[in-house]
Amino acid sequence: MNTAESISLHRIGELFRRGSVFFILLVIVALLAVLSDRFLTLNNLLTVSLQTTFIALAAIGMTFTIITGGIDLSVGSVAALCGALAAGLAVRQQIGTFPAIAAGLLAGALLGAINGAMIVAGRIPPFVATLAMLAAARGLTLVYTQGRPISGLDETFTFWGSGRVAGIPVPVLVLVVVAVAAHLVLSQTAFGLHVYAVGGGEETARLASVPVRRVKYGVYVISGLCAALAGILITARLWSAQPNSGVGLELDAITAAVLGGTSLSGGVGTIGGTVAGAFIIGVLSNGLNLLGVPSYNQQVVRGLVFIAAVLLDYFLKRRWKLRRQPAGD
Amino acid sequence: MDNNLSNPDPPPRLRMVNISKSFPGVLAVRDVTLEVRSGEILALAGENGAGKTTLMNVLTGVVLPDAGEIYLDGEKVVVDSPRRALELGITMIHQELALISQLSVGQNIFLGREPRRKLRGWVDWPRLNQQARGELDRLGLDIPVDALIGDLSIAQRQLVEIAKALSYQARLIVLDEPTSALTEKEANTLFGLMRSLRSQGVSLIYISHRMEEIFQLADRVAVMRDGQLVGVAPVEDLTPGRVVRMMVGRELRELFPKEKTTPGEIVLRASNLTSPPQLLGASLELRRGEILGLGGLVGSGRTNLAQALFGALPLEAGEIMLDGKRVEIRSPRQAIQMGIGFVPEDRKSDGLFLGQSVRSNTAVGLLRRLSVFGFVLFRRIEQRVRDLVSRLNIRTPSISQRVRNLSGGNQQKVVIARWLALDPKILILDEPTRGVDVAAKAEIHALMSDLAARGVAILMISSELPEVLGVSDRILVMREGRVAAEFNRAQASQDAIMQAATGQVDTDTPPLSTNPEEAHP
Repeated sequence: MNTAESISLHRIGELFRRGSVFFILLVIVALLAVLSDRFLTLNNLLTVSLQTTFIALAAIGMTFTIITGGIDLSVGSVAALCGALAAGLAVRQQIGTFPAIAAGLLAGALLGAINGAMIVAGRIPPFVATLAMLAAARGLTLVYTQGRPISGLDETFTFWGSGRVAGIPVPVLVLVVVAVAAHLVLSQTAFGLHVYAVGGGEETARLASVPVRRVKYGVYVISGLCAALAGILITARLWSAQPNSGVGLELDAITAAVLGGTSLSGGVGTIGGTVAGAFIIGVLSNGLNLLGVPSYNQQVVRGLVFIAAVLLDYFLKRRWKLRRQPAGD
Repeated sequence: MDNNLSNPDPPPRLRMVNISKSFPGVLAVRDVTLEVRSGEILALAGENGAGKTTLMNVLTGVVLPDAGEIYLDGEKVVVDSPRRALELGITMIHQELALISQLSVGQNIFLGREPRRKLRGWVDWPRLNQQARGELDRLGLDIPVDALIGDLSIAQRQLVEIAKALSYQARLIVLDEPTSALTEKEANTLFGLMRSLRSQGVSLIYISHRMEEIFQLADRVAVMRDGQLVGVAPVEDLTPGRVVRMMVGRELRELFPKEKTTPGEIVLRASNLTSPPQLLGASLELRRGEILGLGGLVGSGRTNLAQALFGALPLEAGEIMLDGKRVEIRSPRQAIQMGIGFVPEDRKSDGLFLGQSVRSNTAVGLLRRLSVFGFVLFRRIEQRVRDLVSRLNIRTPSISQRVRNLSGGNQQKVVIARWLALDPKILILDEPTRGVDVAAKAEIHALMSDLAARGVAILMISSELPEVLGVSDRILVMREGRVAAEFNRAQASQDAIMQAATGQVDTDTPPLSTNPEEAHP
């Protein structure tokens, strides 16, 4: 077999596979630009970016867990709990904006570590462990907020959600920083490489002395942190912590990651793809708003987009398998 | 074996002393003592199930031996995990490769010990790729370091795996049938590499069935049979025929009673079944009331042929005639409707619901037939299951017993019972007695014989030559995706089958009879 040829062919295929999400995004943007003259305005684009930011943040954390072959269903509840905690500490205990935000992030990391512990030490499947966390963290949020919004945040806090720097919303800037950092971690550090290795072949990774358990803890902590950050920014944007914020965030985050080329069976995924995937969701929902589609109907569209993403993943994987793995005797 | 008494030679690279290992019900390796010198290629031959794999698993820390010691370069070592084996410089290149498809060649070679930058935790990619390049160049391999493993051919992956092994300072590399998935040209590249490793002082254990390869490559040959080492000799002192005879040993025909049957008309005729790379134009005819044995090496396409007949393997070419009519079998469901049953090789993963009862396992195929408007007629099912349990003599405290708790033989009978419940015309059995004790084996053989007498056409795949010889009316031997030879019951012998399976025609062997005493050198 001609190695050089097969590899260059593969490169093109891979480029398309990697690039397909950006291509889809571009098509949707072009389509909406034609359908609605309000879509392609600077103001609207900034609004879309802002709306997308929260999904993208959760999806970045999600990407880490999915690459290891796991999943984190608890991101929405963790976001709500950490956002509420930060708001509560800032408003009720008056500990100051930065300590409150730090405490919120720490709580996110802790909840992620608990997920990790259930999965690594408890050997509970990630789906089940994080589903339990989804319920428990939502419950804690309701207990902590008494089911009512926590409002009365001062401007140093709300700046993080509603402020602008050089005309760009602060959360979008935060997203850029987080995305770049996450990209570097995944592509340049040993930890990042091991995340892929664990998802590609856990046993092989273990034999090669990859610290598999530590990697798994790590990805759930990162996912918890990202979710907490999303929750705090949502709180800052709404000027209050809503007990039911972040409901359904996990669906959007998983959709974004999978649209972006992250394989649900592990081993494959990039941050760039995930962010683009999040933007597809954001642009789509903004476009549907502009076109006057009622929000109930939009829920249906979200479901359809999710299924489309999963089918895409399944399709790519099957082609992958068919091409590579002849069945054994 | 030659003993050099006067010379204070360096100790052998590897000495395995009195190694024994048994699994529940099977003594897999019995008191084996084996030496490998430094810078030699030792071929390890033996039939499937002779204990080669278990012995190598002991060596590489996959399983712990029940007894015995291992010395590496004269030093006693305890290999209690694959990781430990790796640290000691013992690597095994498996048939299923242990590389991560989604990572690059370089990443795979240095997985877990990536070169780092000064900044903690950051991978030094240029250095990683450069070092990986160095490892590949050392072996003269022209494979890009940044290619994904998933994009390489099996042969290239094997070469990468060898490069990885060597980067761990491997002293001893075990290759388990490395050429089974390779073309001749690829195999020759691999052999060249193995020879050059040998000249660098690396020791290699080479597991293979292929006589020509063994005689082309190895310095010495060790042969295992029934868990024991039956002989080790330099390759110059052996002939292929002799090795085959050592592998096969005595005949065991008397263990397998076979009633005389008169085969009827042809029920199934398959011609030129093709599904590359495993099935390359296989044809067969199967008659009512006969047991057709299908022999050949693992990987020769036996299972694939069975899968194709059962609709579980899409065909690229070929046709299947059932009772004289051309049929397309696209799914197992269709196959079952046409009266074909298939007892798979791995009953635990493919054949049984281990956590469910004997009743559910037996009746699963019956539920639709024995139900009215979707309501299952439990009484009638219960009755059918009880009949089958007693007919097959399945030893279980009750039909509510979970299948997990039965012995291997009784589990296998449950799988067969499920098919009998459907009254198949054709029953395909893939390794029907693997992991089954001797008594149950005889019962299963008697059952097959009884079914054939009632007119069922049986196709049996088996790696156990005595079984194939003892049970079958007719024997087909597969090699490289085709049926390579056909024997009737009277003509067949273990040597003849083994030669057809390995593609080794040998003049040294007296045709069709063996003398077991010659086995030991």
